[in-house]
Amino acid sequence: MKQTYDVIIIGSGPGGLAAAIAAKENGAEDVLIIERDIELGGILVQCIHNGFGLELFDKDMPGPAYAQHFIDQVRGLGIHTLMDTMVLDITPNRKIYAINKDQGYIELNARTIVLAMGCRERTRAQILLPGARPAGVYTAGTAQRFVNVEGHMPGEKFVILGSGDIGMIMARRLTIEGARVERVLEIMPYLTGLTRNYVQCLLDYGITLQKQRTVNRIIGRNRVEAIEAVSVDEKWNPIPGSKEIIPCDTLLLSVGLIPENELSKKAGVLLDPITNGPFVDDRFMTNVPGIFAAGNVVHVYDLVDWVTEAGYVAGKGAAQYAQSEKIKIGPQIALEAGENIRYVVPHTLDKDHLAEDLVRLQMRAIAPIEERVLVTVEDQNGDVIAKKGEAYARPGEILSLVIKSTSYEAVQKTTSLRVNVRRR
Amino acid sequence: MAKKYDVIVIGAGIVGSLVARYLSKYQLKILLIEKEVDVGMGTSSANSAALHAGYDAVPGSNKAITNLMAVDMWPQLSQELGIDYDRCGDYVVAVNDEEMEMLKVLLDRGQRNSVPGLEMIDGEEMQQREPLIHPNVVGALWAPTGGLGDPFAATIAAAENAVMNGVELRLNTAFENFIMENGRVVGIRTNQGDFHCRWVVNAAGLYADEVMHKAGLRSDFKIRPRRGEYIILDKADFQLTRPTLLFPTPSDKGKGILVASTLHGNVIVGPNANFVDSKENKDLTSEGVQEIWSGGQKLIPSINKKHIIAEFGGLRATGNAPASNPEVDYHQDFIIEIPEGVQGLVNLGGIESPGFTAAPAIAIKVIELLQGAGEALEEKPDWNPIRVPRPVFRHLSREEQAALTAKDPAYGRIVCRCETVTEGEILAEIHAPIPADTYDAIKRRTWLGTGRCQGGFDMPRVVKILAQELSISPEEVTKKGEGSDLLFRSTKDVETDHLTVENLL
Repeated sequence: MKQTYDVIIIGSGPGGLAAAIAAKENGAEDVLIIERDIELGGILVQCIHNGFGLELFDKDMPGPAYAQHFIDQVRGLGIHTLMDTMVLDITPNRKIYAINKDQGYIELNARTIVLAMGCRERTRAQILLPGARPAGVYTAGTAQRFVNVEGHMPGEKFVILGSGDIGMIMARRLTIEGARVERVLEIMPYLTGLTRNYVQCLLDYGITLQKQRTVNRIIGRNRVEAIEAVSVDEKWNPIPGSKEIIPCDTLLLSVGLIPENELSKKAGVLLDPITNGPFVDDRFMTNVPGIFAAGNVVHVYDLVDWVTEAGYVAGKGAAQYAQSEKIKIGPQIALEAGENIRYVVPHTLDKDHLAEDLVRLQMRAIAPIEERVLVTVEDQNGDVIAKKGEAYARPGEILSLVIKSTSYEAVQKTTSLRVNVRRR
Repeated sequence: MAKKYDVIVIGAGIVGSLVARYLSKYQLKILLIEKEVDVGMGTSSANSAALHAGYDAVPGSNKAITNLMAVDMWPQLSQELGIDYDRCGDYVVAVNDEEMEMLKVLLDRGQRNSVPGLEMIDGEEMQQREPLIHPNVVGALWAPTGGLGDPFAATIAAAENAVMNGVELRLNTAFENFIMENGRVVGIRTNQGDFHCRWVVNAAGLYADEVMHKAGLRSDFKIRPRRGEYIILDKADFQLTRPTLLFPTPSDKGKGILVASTLHGNVIVGPNANFVDSKENKDLTSEGVQEIWSGGQKLIPSINKKHIIAEFGGLRATGNAPASNPEVDYHQDFIIEIPEGVQGLVNLGGIESPGFTAAPAIAIKVIELLQGAGEALEEKPDWNPIRVPRPVFRHLSREEQAALTAKDPAYGRIVCRCETVTEGEILAEIHAPIPADTYDAIKRRTWLGTGRCQGGFDMPRVVKILAQELSISPEEVTKKGEGSDLLFRSTKDVETDHLTVENLL
């Protein structure tokens, strides 16, 4: 093993794999992926359902197959991997401290780093769920690992809180395995995951979704025995007389994902309080020169295809930065969240960079608009620089829009870029 | 023939475990029983982890006497048991003149209790010492001998040191009744059979009233479980300027909602104090969370709900015993006695705050009571008071971590990423003198699963390790003993033997 690498990628999920491939293909010689699990692929390993690859490959693949496509390339390109290895610390000058069973304590230097640690699930504690603390309360992803990787059923009779994608996918998966899903409860008045998952995982299996309804209390001393459900108003206040005890042995939580940035913070990377991920430019470089970030560590995506794409962008930027003469950072312009937009990633755009590459923007809407909408990027005078029509805008589904190199001239003239989503 | 012991201690909380530990110094055959699957699962499992300086206990009460005596014991005890203890000092803060008057009462009480180093400081000084303190604060009482303890680690270490010195520990063993002969306790009945003895120590915590009633004692003594709820903040997101405990001015509801550091590096906010109907009701309530949050904000307005990573509820064994000294007008004191009328019983009860702090002194009082009753208590020549702590990976320097991993590769695998807990630490606890054989037992000992992902990452891995080390199936691994199964069955759990190629063709 070497001491110094051109690019070190932390995490081998879809973002990390793509970043490694792009780094190698853009001239980085020594590329290393550090993965804490015993297999490459990150969370894809446990995502045995289909629905991956529709955007990039026009193919409908299960998670492990999608991952394998990139793992084969990683192997073919001679990218180094360190498996079953946990990164303990990263310094701003790109020193990495990691540990594993075989080599023990490892110290590495990286010319550039790509952070690709993904995200973690919001827990019971973070949503302040009242009641007892028995066994049988799991996040949907932990249950997914138990079922799909370890081969064990974490329960027989489930209530699922939250209409996030993993929750809905687990509702179907558990039903196929012979368990009963009594109910999916969603505190918001709208679905928080993808509509297609609602149709394919809940509707097709006759599983009831109740919106504006949540868990009021967990009941059970040793193991969950029931939950008390309650309806809520827009401000999440319980509606009197709406309580119902639902007997069950397991409560699954699919109540949101948070980018995993504890290592980023150690490296001095600044985080956006809205996305919980790093502030990034259009090459996915963070505020710390030479430290890039890709995928769910930046913000939580809805489709893996876009994570892969982000990985390519970050990996290319990292490779260029590692060969310092190949990168020239130009003047930056902020991408602001405008009407009904919660956030825009990337946060800034390099005015010069647009000449060589298009820039894909990813946004989340604040409120759902269930009719045709127009997503626009506007300059300081409100003139449209880029636009895209969509059938609807929903907070659960990311809006995506490309600023093409043909907009280069228009971008040079403006001092601000604002993204909006409005009814057509 | 049932086994015969010199002493049986009922309850392996902090009090029972320390009683057993200090008694193990003598030539006695000792049994420590615990109804739960692990030690320290009752009141010891969920409290403020504060080691109180002793200024708020009523002078002359057992609470005051044992609290003060124990403050002097903790430095040596924590050294011997290999556990952390930070005598960082604490503050009681006041926000108006009325509260300032109350602080003077506390100061006076503290001085009568001989609490060393107490000092009144003004609001400005308080702001300087903790800039995050609420700007309304006009003054504070500073107690340099207050500190942070770890009730989990202390209970486990005390019980382990007791076991190392020959104490027999029986978990899942619930007291049912006394076996009496001519007004003398000669044994106990449990759900695991009868055990004979010369002495019983009632250290049953929340259930101490029920135990003493079985002996016909103190029929009007009643423990009312009082629930306190707590919130824990992510250590990466929020810290006090330096480790300390910040109390509001106390009221008749107790010491009030504090904001404090913990030895694990997190900030804790709580508790409230509400009487509940059941001695097992540790439920968290929405109203309770709201109550402690606004309480916490009165001390530190900058706490942020986004930084919450855990909440829990705990119970306190609030009793109604008058102080044993008739000159002390106080009716919520600790009972520490050999009662008249029943021989062979050391009776403890109403051990609520400052019970954790006072526990080692209570243990010494138990020994003094036994000696007073004519027990010779000869010391063992080979008593070992030292429990060597097991390595805690995250507390080591890089060089120490590297050396440890080189020696034992299991320390090179991180199983809990938020708290940086290694496989080596988990294995060490599974094979410790008191084996950790449930998920929660490992959690309490290693602190895994207590961080921001709350076990989401480590749990499948810990289940696997437990199953492997205990030679059981993963479906037999529990969270906290019988009935708390984590997994129910295998996937695709269908008979496949008949599905041979021949049969299918």
